[in-house]
Amino acid sequence: MSKMHIKMTVNGKSVETLAEPRELLIHVLRERLDITGPHIGCETSHCGACTVDMNGKSVKSCTVFAAQANGADVTTIEGLGTPDNLHVLQEMFKEHHGLQCGFCTPGMITRAHRFLQENPNPTEEEVRFGMAGNLCRCTGYQNIVKAIMAAASEMNAAREAAQ
Amino acid sequence: MIPGTFEYYRPSDLPEAIKLLATHGDDARVMAGGHSLIPMMKLRMADIPHLVDLQDIDALRGIEVSSGTIRIGAMVTQHELIADEALLKAAPIIREAALQIADPQVRYVGTVGGNVANGDPGNDMPGLMQCLDAVFTVQGPDGARDIAARDFYEAAYFTARADDEILTSVSFKPQPGGYAYEKQKRKIGDYATAASAVLIARDGKVCSGASIAMTNLSDTPIYSDAASQALIGSDLGADAVSAAVDAALAEIDPAEDGRGPIEFKKHVAGVILRRAIERAISRA
Amino acid sequence: MNEMTPTKSERAAALKGLGTSRKRVEDSRFTQGKGNYIDDIKMPGMVFGDFVRSPYAHARVKSINAEKALELPGVIAVLTAADLEPLSLHWMPTLAGDKQMVLADGKVLFQGQEVAFVVAEDRYIAADAIDLVEVDYEELPVLVDPMKAELDDAPILREDIADQKAGAHGARRHPNHIFTWEQGEKEATEAVLSGADVVAEETVYYHRTHPCPLETCGCVASMDKVNGKLTLYGTFQAPHVVRTVASLLSGIAEHNIRVVSPDIGGGFGNKVGVYPGYVCSIVASIVTGVPVKWVEDRMDNLMATAFARDYWMTGKIAATKEGKITGLWCHTVADHGAFDACADPTKFPAGFMNICTGSYDIPTAYLAVDGIYTNKAPGGVAYRCSFRVTEAAYFIERMIEVLAIKLDMDAGELRKINFIKKDQFPYNSALGWEFDSGDYHTAWDKAMKAVDYDGLRKEQAERVQAFKNGETRKMMGIGLCHFTEIVGAGPMKNCDILGMGMFDSCEIRIHPTGSAIARLGTISQGQGHATTFAQILASEIGISADDITIEEGDTDTAPYGLGTYGSRSTPVAGAATAMAGRKIRAKAQMIAAYLLEVHDNDIEWDVDRFVVKGAEERFKTMKEVAYASYNQEIPGVEPGLEAVSYYDPPNMTYPFGAYVCVMDIDIDTGEHEIRKFYALDDCGTRINPMIIEGQVHGGLTEALAIAMGQEIAYDEMGTHKTATLMDFFIPTAWETPHYETDFTETPSPHHPIGAKGVGESPNVGGVPAFSNAVNDAFRAFGVNHTHTDMPHDHWRIWKTARDLGMHD
Repeated sequence: MSKMHIKMTVNGKSVETLAEPRELLIHVLRERLDITGPHIGCETSHCGACTVDMNGKSVKSCTVFAAQANGADVTTIEGLGTPDNLHVLQEMFKEHHGLQCGFCTPGMITRAHRFLQENPNPTEEEVRFGMAGNLCRCTGYQNIVKAIMAAASEMNAAREAAQ
Repeated sequence: MIPGTFEYYRPSDLPEAIKLLATHGDDARVMAGGHSLIPMMKLRMADIPHLVDLQDIDALRGIEVSSGTIRIGAMVTQHELIADEALLKAAPIIREAALQIADPQVRYVGTVGGNVANGDPGNDMPGLMQCLDAVFTVQGPDGARDIAARDFYEAAYFTARADDEILTSVSFKPQPGGYAYEKQKRKIGDYATAASAVLIARDGKVCSGASIAMTNLSDTPIYSDAASQALIGSDLGADAVSAAVDAALAEIDPAEDGRGPIEFKKHVAGVILRRAIERAISRA
Repeated sequence: MNEMTPTKSERAAALKGLGTSRKRVEDSRFTQGKGNYIDDIKMPGMVFGDFVRSPYAHARVKSINAEKALELPGVIAVLTAADLEPLSLHWMPTLAGDKQMVLADGKVLFQGQEVAFVVAEDRYIAADAIDLVEVDYEELPVLVDPMKAELDDAPILREDIADQKAGAHGARRHPNHIFTWEQGEKEATEAVLSGADVVAEETVYYHRTHPCPLETCGCVASMDKVNGKLTLYGTFQAPHVVRTVASLLSGIAEHNIRVVSPDIGGGFGNKVGVYPGYVCSIVASIVTGVPVKWVEDRMDNLMATAFARDYWMTGKIAATKEGKITGLWCHTVADHGAFDACADPTKFPAGFMNICTGSYDIPTAYLAVDGIYTNKAPGGVAYRCSFRVTEAAYFIERMIEVLAIKLDMDAGELRKINFIKKDQFPYNSALGWEFDSGDYHTAWDKAMKAVDYDGLRKEQAERVQAFKNGETRKMMGIGLCHFTEIVGAGPMKNCDILGMGMFDSCEIRIHPTGSAIARLGTISQGQGHATTFAQILASEIGISADDITIEEGDTDTAPYGLGTYGSRSTPVAGAATAMAGRKIRAKAQMIAAYLLEVHDNDIEWDVDRFVVKGAEERFKTMKEVAYASYNQEIPGVEPGLEAVSYYDPPNMTYPFGAYVCVMDIDIDTGEHEIRKFYALDDCGTRINPMIIEGQVHGGLTEALAIAMGQEIAYDEMGTHKTATLMDFFIPTAWETPHYETDFTETPSPHHPIGAKGVGESPNVGGVPAFSNAVNDAFRAFGVNHTHTDMPHDHWRIWKTARDLGMHD
């Protein structure tokens, strides 16, 4: 099966790899680029464990072909913070016990990151609706919602302080 | 869940895409957001040797709202529909419906064209477009032609679009009256157990225009002219609403599935439709 | 004491020990995408295995032709039962004393059953090859309904054991019958029933569902032929048991097998069992000489790995006119699918179903469970519960409601009349358990007050009136539940799995500079063991939890233990941790006394140090003792500071709770809205309140899913109808309500720190609370209406309303 040359920007870096067109973006990231933060949960675009940011949109990378992603700008959980400088969402998920087994967490935080850019002052109801593409089996969402609300306040406070 | 192999094409303009369809015939299929097609390919229920990705074709993008008509490119996503303020003013039912489709991630990539063109009775946009009396523009080797949304759907996954044609846009008139898109589903991400799109115009106390369509209650969307006529000219009172509901229910033919048996779906269809009509009236 | 010296309470706080809402140490990795789950593991030369699965529920396999698949470039091997037979690995023992086909041996018994194992260079090639394996099936009649299993025209499913009159759990009366398990006193119970003022009867079906952790099951098997060692990474809730089973099955000596559970993306019981994928991966690695990875997809997971529940429970409950329960009778038909692969302690083929007397003082009771084979996937695991405790709690909490209707009593009041009283503990139940402790009335009263129960009932009565006046179509249900669990399996006198006693273990090493590592026989799947076990230890040995590493899951380094399921980690391994900590402290006391130049008995423990009695300015901290233990000659004491404890619990623990759910139901669409959910849990001593609350939120959400829509459904041909997350209901944040949590604290008298376990309580108590709310909403509308089965999805709720004439 012939492979195609895939070029993407992943977490700010240009990457190139060979992949069959049918390969799913989640597999390209995990198997070819060793980016294993995004996970595979349901494979039918319901659970959101594979969520990455692609060209400024949250997408389920289990339902994107490598060929479609050619040329795309992709951000994964690995691109959101560094060990010395965690993203506020990462901090708040820790602070508010927004995770248990951790399997949904990369997709959850990556989605929340995009959501808060579009809606920096969400209500709890808006958070629940905006995060409804991500399933969690452990937390019952209550602390995830709390973490995202807290991150929104922190980010808004930081923005105000910067102005 | 691993898809089979295919040749991939990403044409940069419409003529190139149409040419690819002409070359490969039945073996080729166009893909917009892919969120209906890719799961089918992963389940190996769809085998597509030649896959034509439309993402680079700028002519398929954009929302144009003018006083007389609204045109939405086939590659416009649900997310873009929701975010467009001019569209909200001109046809608020679009946002109301789009917010009830799938989930945030899917709405970022799911397109109007994909939703209306593939003929899946579970999709919400076909019924909505029939309610709006939209026109679908398709383009093929012999040029472009328009097909009324109300004439487009023949059976599940069978439409009036020829295999070598690409649906390029949908168009409809602005809708100033009352509106509602009501949908019952089991959870976020589900197809409708029953859904209904309703538009109502009122002239004083008299209903001057009405349009009623339903989703996932037959193997095609159902536009009910009889239900619409039951309201037009009426005072929009309880009797007229009941007459409209009865007329619409006479036209549905739901199938049993995980959402419930036929008897249940018929009952829920009536409830959902009544709620949609009443909400549309309250907004008219 | 100068002002720089920390006070006792400051020193205690610095430990971050018991009772602290300590932040989780696991979370830095997980929030940065640096977890290490099974599919993240890559080894040099690794190849990928995947299954050809049966499309039929019951069929003879006439032939398997892999020629075309083997011609596909990148395909390495295709294994069938014929290849496994010479190794005697075409069948494997189940945890329940039955055996299960690893690969189809002549026939298939459920849709999705493993037929052949394709090994290829990657998962794409493997998937392509699966399509090329030609299997010739001859369809056979299908048995889906367990009630029809013993009819004359029922197909015989298990031809391999058709003529065996007895199985692992006693006599079998039919080839499709697995066992009959009886507890309590049959004649005495029947006598009570026949002489009772009131007897309420009901058949309660707890439908088949599935734990469906977000990460599916999988493994990587690597046979190193150079040194003869097998390494097996996998999603194992019990890695040590897997090692022993792998050794017994493969003949590889146990010391040559290393089993590692990496991070596990949720288990909920799904990852307790041993699956054909593990066996085939091991064989394939032995055959090919390279590491082999197998990871299920979601459909595989929902169709073939362990389901949960599927109990048809018929009950009779007897009471006096005043509502005092006098007897309970229960007969259960348990649909086990094609193989009995329940994960239960050996002596308990129906798990702890005999906890079904619940929180009530019921003097006489009888339980019989019949296990039945059908053409469905095997399993019967404890989905976020301890061995059938959820079924038992659902049964009794429904029967109480049914009895309340029969007696025309308030269901809350009926519970109060019958609760086991505080002074009755330890309480011996009619079905053979000794409840260690409890204070049900206090918990119940607190819950009723918190939700303003009387106010809710008043509102409900007004709503009924409003409905009758035609003013509303939404009914209000108040779902009550008081549950008692039995967790922490278990005492070796009655609990073993495959002969292995269900103790657990902890091994502690204190480092010279006063930090520590502790290893346990359990394995976290999200419960936060690395955080909480360090807290237990911190309080025992006076070293800050932040200075203690917890390690689990690697059988080469961790002490032997039976793993994590059935809420057993805290009751058993948590106890082992405390006991090992006490051994450390005992030795440290000798060292400290020597250093302080006093007799052992003249010093006492004080948070993080030993002080000389009456002279607290003279002390040695644990840190100082640790250093001395390695660097100073202490007469009569070995160097070093280490301890190990294997803890065999004297009894189970019995967590309990009082839950209230307030739900509105739309009788026209069947939709529901949960207005309020109050959960009071008593799990004894609370180790980390933050984590307890998180466990409660999560368990309630799984209960919500089960009660309100989640099911594994088959059609009459045995075709699976709910194999993707489109149809298998998992609620999103949008469908999930906000929960209020609360607690009382009744320590376990026999557990070293009084802890009881909490992870499963919210599922055990949540399911009846949600279901009772639905049923309660209809109580005013049907004299004879006592029960509707779960899942309470839209159409079933609608159907109840319809059957009661509410649409007329």
